[in-house]
Amino acid sequence: MASGVITRKSGAMMATARYLTRRNMTHGGSCCGNHHHPPPFERKKQQSCSRSLLGFWRFNSTKASAVDVYSSDEDVTNTKHHQGLDFPGGHVSYTHSLNFISKSSTQNRVPCYRVLDDNGVVIGGSSSNISGDLECQIQQQPLISQQTALKMYREMVRLQVMDTIFYEAQRQGRLSFYLTSTGEEAISVASAAALSSDDVVMPQYREPGVLLWRGFSLREFADQCFGNKDDYGKGRQMPIHYGSNKLNYFTVSSPLATQIPQAAGVAYALKMEKKDACVVTFFGDGSSSEGDFHAGLNFAAVTESPVVFVCRNNGWAISTNVSEQFRSDGIVVKGQAYGIDSIRVDGNDALAVYNSIRAARQMAVNQGKPVLVEFLTYRVGHHSTSDDSTKYRPMDEIEHWKVTRNPVSRFRKWVEGNGWWNEDEESELRSATRKQLLQAIQAAERTQKPSLKEMFSDVYDETPSNLREQQEQLREIIKRHPKDYPSDIPV
Amino acid sequence: MWGIVGQRVFRHGSSAMSLQGTRPAFLASRSFSSAAKEMTVRDALNSAIDEEMSADPKVFLMGEEVGEYQGAYKITKGLLEKYGPDRVLDTPITEAGFTGIGVGAAYHGLKPIIEFMTFNFSMQAIDHIINSAAKSNYMSAGQISVPIVFRGPNGAAAGVGAQHSQCYASWFASCPGLKVLAPYSSEDARGLMKAAIRDPDPVVFLENELLYGESFPVSAEVLDSSFSLPIGKAKIEREGKDVTITAFSKMVGYALKAAEILSKEGISAEVINLRSIRPLDRATINSSVRKTNRLVTVEEGFPQHGIGAEICASVVEDSFEYLDAAIERIAGADVPMPYAANLERLAVPQVEDIVRAAKRTCYRSSSLAATA
Repeated sequence: MASGVITRKSGAMMATARYLTRRNMTHGGSCCGNHHHPPPFERKKQQSCSRSLLGFWRFNSTKASAVDVYSSDEDVTNTKHHQGLDFPGGHVSYTHSLNFISKSSTQNRVPCYRVLDDNGVVIGGSSSNISGDLECQIQQQPLISQQTALKMYREMVRLQVMDTIFYEAQRQGRLSFYLTSTGEEAISVASAAALSSDDVVMPQYREPGVLLWRGFSLREFADQCFGNKDDYGKGRQMPIHYGSNKLNYFTVSSPLATQIPQAAGVAYALKMEKKDACVVTFFGDGSSSEGDFHAGLNFAAVTESPVVFVCRNNGWAISTNVSEQFRSDGIVVKGQAYGIDSIRVDGNDALAVYNSIRAARQMAVNQGKPVLVEFLTYRVGHHSTSDDSTKYRPMDEIEHWKVTRNPVSRFRKWVEGNGWWNEDEESELRSATRKQLLQAIQAAERTQKPSLKEMFSDVYDETPSNLREQQEQLREIIKRHPKDYPSDIPV
Repeated sequence: MWGIVGQRVFRHGSSAMSLQGTRPAFLASRSFSSAAKEMTVRDALNSAIDEEMSADPKVFLMGEEVGEYQGAYKITKGLLEKYGPDRVLDTPITEAGFTGIGVGAAYHGLKPIIEFMTFNFSMQAIDHIINSAAKSNYMSAGQISVPIVFRGPNGAAAGVGAQHSQCYASWFASCPGLKVLAPYSSEDARGLMKAAIRDPDPVVFLENELLYGESFPVSAEVLDSSFSLPIGKAKIEREGKDVTITAFSKMVGYALKAAEILSKEGISAEVINLRSIRPLDRATINSSVRKTNRLVTVEEGFPQHGIGAEICASVVEDSFEYLDAAIERIAGADVPMPYAANLERLAVPQVEDIVRAAKRTCYRSSSLAATA
C-alpha cells in the first residue's frame, strides 16, 4: 500500500512539491449533488493563482462560512448556503442530531425490477420508471420483437442442453472439468441480446450464453473443452475457459474479479477511441468481496469509463452463502458508494434482463459513465463438476429453483402465450441440439491435440531462442524414447 | 573511465566531490567544450518516455503522483502539461486497481506505462502482473496481447527500511511471459525504456532511486529519438581477462569500482552489466567465463533463489569445465532490510565485498569457511 513515506528526495524539490499534494485529496465527486465540481485537472488554473509565496498551502478553517475553498464561479451562484460546511469534496450541510446511517433491514431493501411474473405473464402496469435520461421509455409491453424473443428463447434452450450433455461427458470421464449455467440462462443470453456486437464482453466463467448468442458454434465449445488443435486457445487452458476475439469475448481467466478493473481499462481505451460501444463485465456475488471489485468500480467512476458492471448474485460462492459473504443489502447498494448508478433486477426474468441491460448500455455509452446491474438469481447446478452442493444446501431448495423458478420455462410461457412457440418446436429443438452436441463431442474428441510447438509459442510475441532450443531438445528426446511419451501428440 | 569519475551520488542537495563541480540534477544535459554530453538517469528516463509518447498516441502513463506532482521521483516531470490528463493519469491509491486497468487497456490495444512508487508496492498488484499480464498471451493463444510496461524504483534506497527496500528482480524474472530489464547508466535507461515501450510483451522495468540523480556521458546516437537497445543483450562495461563480475543496476557501479581496485593489485576483472534479467544473456556471460575461468555474481537482493543463483546454474550447465574456481555469489544479507544506517550498510554488498570475492576466486586469499 502506498504509504506517505517518500523519503530522501532531493531537498530542493520537497517544498515546491508539497502544495501540489493536496490536489489529490479533492475530487470532482458528488457532495450534495447540487452543483458541479470541475474534475481535478481543470482546477489547475485556479490553483496556480492561489499558491502562496512560501509554496505551502493550508486549508481554510472549518467554520461554517460562505467561503468555498475550491469554488468556481458556478459554485458561488448555485450553492444554497443555508447552514453548511466546506471540506475537500465539496459543500455539505450539517446536522445537530447524532444519527448513524443504519444498514438496510429486510423492510427497506432495494426493490427488484421485473417484467414477467412467475407464470410468464407481463405484470400489469409494469412500465419501467427509469430516469428521464434515457431516450426510449420502455412501455407496458417490452420493446422486443418476435424474432429477438425467439432467438433468445432458442439460445437459452441450447444452453440448457449443452450444459446437460457436457456435464454428462465429464461424468463419463471424457472431459476433465465442466461448469454449468443452470438457473442463470436468462442472464447471459438476454444480456447479450441487449448489446451490440461491438460491445466488449469480459466474462467471469458462467456466461457462455453470450457466446452462443454471438454465434460460437457447439463444435467450437467442444474443441475448447477437449483442448484439441482446433481450440482457439491451443489447448492451453482448462475446459470452459472460452475466448473469441472476433466475437468480442475476452478469454476467461480463473482468478476471480480480475476482469473488473481490467474492464474499466478496456472502457478507458474505448473512450479514447470515441467508439459507440461499451464494456460489459460479469462477476458473481463472491467476487464482489475481492479487492479488485472495489478498485475497479472506484476507478471506473473516477475515470468516467463506459462500463456496465453486471453482478450475478446467485446466492452461493461454492458453499459460501451470501449471508457469509457480505452483510450489505446485496451488491446493488455498493454502486452508490462509488458514485455509480445502480439497479437490482430479477435475473430469472429474461425480459427484465433484456430491458435493464439495454438501458444500462445506453447510459454507459451516451453519458460515458459506469453503471452497475445486480441480477438476483439462483445457482441451480453445483459450482462445478468438482462440487456436490447437496452437501451444503437442502435438496428441496434446489428443486424449488429448478422447477418453480426456472427462467427458461418462465420465458417459454410468455413466448408460447404470444403464439410464437409450441410443444413440437420445443422437442424438435431439444433433440436437434442434443444430436449436434453429441456429434460435436465425438468429432472434438477424435481431433488431434495441438502440436509440440504450441507448448512453446505465445509465451512472448516472438518465440525466444531459449524456448526454440528447448523445443528442439524435446523433439529429439521424444524421437529417441517414443515409449515414454503419449503417442497422440504431433511432434 | 570517464563514466566512473563522473558519477556522484546525489542526496539532499549535497554532492560528493567530482571533476565537474556541483550542479542540480535536473540540469544535466549541458555540453562541454570537448567532452560528450552528460545526462542524469532521471532525464534519460523522462526524455525516453516523452519521445515515445510523442511518437505513438497509444502510449499513456498511469500511477500515483505521476501527473500534477510531476512524479514521486520527478521522472514524469512536465509530461502532464505536455500531453494532458487523458494521457497522464493520476490514480487513486490502489495498485491492484490501476494495474488491472492498465492490463485491460493493454488488452484493448493501448500501451500503458504503469508506475509503481516503488516495486515494493507492486506486491499489491502482483496477481494482475503475473496471472493476467504475463500469462494472457499464452492462455489466449495469441488473441490477447499485453504491450504494457511496469516501471518504478526497485531495491534498496537509503534508510527506508524493510518494506521499501526489497529487490524484486528474481520474483518477476522467474515468470515466463514477462521481460525484466534493469538499467544502470543513462544510456541504458534511454535505450531500454524505449525498447520496453515498443515491445509487444509485458515488461517489468526495474529502476533504482539512488541512480536517478547520477550523471553519465551520452553520445549523439543515444540522444537520437530513434535510439533503443536490444532486450536480452548484456553489455561488457569493462574488459578483463582474470575474473568475470556480473552485476545489474546500482551494483554495476560498485563492480566497476571494485575492478579499478583489483587492477591495482594485478587482477584484471571483466565487468558485465546484465541490462536484461529476463531474458538473461547467457551467451555473453558464458563466453566471458570461458575466457576468464572465474566468476563473481553481484546483486543487492536476497541470496536465496536470486539472480546469482540462476547465473551460477547457467554457467555450471554450460561452461563447467572452464571454471578454475568455485563461483562466488555476492548478495544482500538474508534479512529484511534494517533501518539503522550502520546495520543497513552491513546488509547490502559493498565494494570491498566484491574485491574480496574476486580475490578468493584468484586464490589470492583463503576462501570463507563453509556456511550452511
